Amino acid sequence: MSEPVVDEGGLLLKARQIAKHFPIRTSQGKQLVQAVDGVSLSVRAGETLGLVGESGCGKSTLGRCLVRLLDPTSGEVIFDGVDITTKSRRELRTLRLGFQMIFQDPYASLNPRRRALATVEEPMLTHSLGTNAEIRARALMLLEQVGFDPSYADRYPHEFSGGQRQRLGIARALAVAPKLLIADEPVSALDVSIQAQVLNLLSDLQRDNDLTYVFIAHDLAVVHHIADRIGVMYLGELVEVGSSTDVYTAPRHPYTEALISAIPVIDAEAEMRERIVLTGDLPSPIDKPAGCAFNPRCHYAQDICRTDKPTLQLLDDGREVACHFPL
Amino acid sequence: MSEPLLDVRDLRVSFRTRTGVVTAVDGISFTVGPGDVVGLVGESGSGKSVSMLSVLGLIDNPNCVIEGQALFKGRDLLTMSDDELRAVRGQEIAMIFQDPMTALTPVYTAGWHISEQIRAHEKVSKKAALARAVQLLDAVGIPNAADRVNSYPHEFSGGMRQRVVIAMALSCNPSLLIADEPTTALDVTIQAQILELLKSLQSEFGSSIVLITHDMGVVSQMSDRVMVMYGGRLAEAGPRREVMRNPLHPYTWGLMASIPPTDGTRVARLAAIPGAPISPGDPDRDHCLFSARCRFVSDTCRPQPELVEHIPGHFDSCVLPFADRVELRRQAMTPLEVAP
Repeated sequence: MSEPVVDEGGLLLKARQIAKHFPIRTSQGKQLVQAVDGVSLSVRAGETLGLVGESGCGKSTLGRCLVRLLDPTSGEVIFDGVDITTKSRRELRTLRLGFQMIFQDPYASLNPRRRALATVEEPMLTHSLGTNAEIRARALMLLEQVGFDPSYADRYPHEFSGGQRQRLGIARALAVAPKLLIADEPVSALDVSIQAQVLNLLSDLQRDNDLTYVFIAHDLAVVHHIADRIGVMYLGELVEVGSSTDVYTAPRHPYTEALISAIPVIDAEAEMRERIVLTGDLPSPIDKPAGCAFNPRCHYAQDICRTDKPTLQLLDDGREVACHFPL
Repeated sequence: MSEPLLDVRDLRVSFRTRTGVVTAVDGISFTVGPGDVVGLVGESGSGKSVSMLSVLGLIDNPNCVIEGQALFKGRDLLTMSDDELRAVRGQEIAMIFQDPMTALTPVYTAGWHISEQIRAHEKVSKKAALARAVQLLDAVGIPNAADRVNSYPHEFSGGMRQRVVIAMALSCNPSLLIADEPTTALDVTIQAQILELLKSLQSEFGSSIVLITHDMGVVSQMSDRVMVMYGGRLAEAGPRREVMRNPLHPYTWGLMASIPPTDGTRVARLAAIPGAPISPGDPDRDHCLFSARCRFVSDTCRPQPELVEHIPGHFDSCVLPFADRVELRRQAMTPLEVAP
């Protein structure tokens, strides 16, 4: 597989050939779920890389591999020049000061018995990032930054609404002043009006704190809104990578095209969209189709697609696409 | 207009709780005509699901108080006996829920679910009911229906499971189908399949559909008429094209502006609605419930504004001068470039 050609300067995160396979026992004996299969990507400092795909495409597994919440089966992750895949748990603790994660379900990721202030203080106490007074001051400042007034500091998670809990999760992630935030479906559990608030908050925080984001979501419209570059995943592989505008307005992989056309739009008549309704379901990551993984659902599939697996190729417009017949 | 199939008049649903009365639905009236697809859109807690559940007598809570009328083919569903209601539910009105796994019993096959439903309402043999089940599974696009009729729910994918539930709902050819977030748990490409299916079945069987969803995009794709709910009341209601292109209520503006643009343009910040949705337990309800989050709030937002028909068929419950709405909407929906 060809390595993406990118300027090495300003790279904050680089993943090379990440694979994550889960062994499972089935009636057919031991098998492998190939959740992530050979993904290479790079994230420049200050940008937002969006990872988008349907359930089961491996986007969350990839996100967890990038911060080593999961150990990849193979491949390496280089954060800020350091290969984190070979580091011990102890070394990782310090390294994780540089990258933090925001999760989808803010309730499950918060300790129900810890008040808001203590939740935000905890990572700083763990890493001894200052005196208790300094830590308290910073925690209060962070709570304010994500939009809480000081009266919220003593509340427990159950006293917060879903959107507020997500903001609390964001404040906690920011506590150690990371350079990189990996956000895994941070807004998909929220109502639209609250979703917009959290998206705006993430944009503001990025601008004010020079943050780099990897934003994982299934909603392409949301990813297009927040991300500078988008990587589209299908069955554990990246099928298209490019600038947000390019990928969204002129997709070159048939799967991306179908994904975009499936977004329900508010005024379909005005946008004159042609709908491509994919037939069939996502194949199982245990038994992936031969050739291009997308071929059974692809409108353009030809014989070669059923036998030869396309690799991610850099096209002349700077787009990377894994397709024999890019659009 | 012909006689409405469902005529809901001043429906109110409240729950007595330890901390006081919670008003989930606060006086909504609407009609669903034969063959109509009506979209009921709102955020969590807006009362969109509760309103339809209460109409079908599906709220099993002794502390629930339901008032008003829900005339289905001229008969009030809210005063029917359990037996009468049972004859209507499933046969004349069917419901599809968000999570197809909880709507199916894991220990029975798809065929059992559908034939059970048929046999509850019609006198047919098990064999004949099962044959109908195969036809229905085929009609909702399940490949190898003759084999799959013997599959258990866990053997289907999420999208296929929702198809089974739709087949169940259609088994008695209902004249009204209530779909509560039918595609919310599904991936977009599967959602597109299910929406296409619902549309084609709707035109084939001619059922009316009430589609409950939080997704403006889904509503606009499916419905003839749209009703926007906030705090248990209707904020706005009208023909789809009218509501989508000429929304009149500030809540609808905010809801639409909260969705990232789908036409390929990119904005720095979304014109989000500030604050959180109103709590249904708030006892102070004699005002526009959206006013606490509305940038155009004034003294006139109290008392509770009436639903007014400014344009034929297009209602809204906002007190802003009608002549100013286009300009105010432009202000409200323009994406913010910088943080305020």
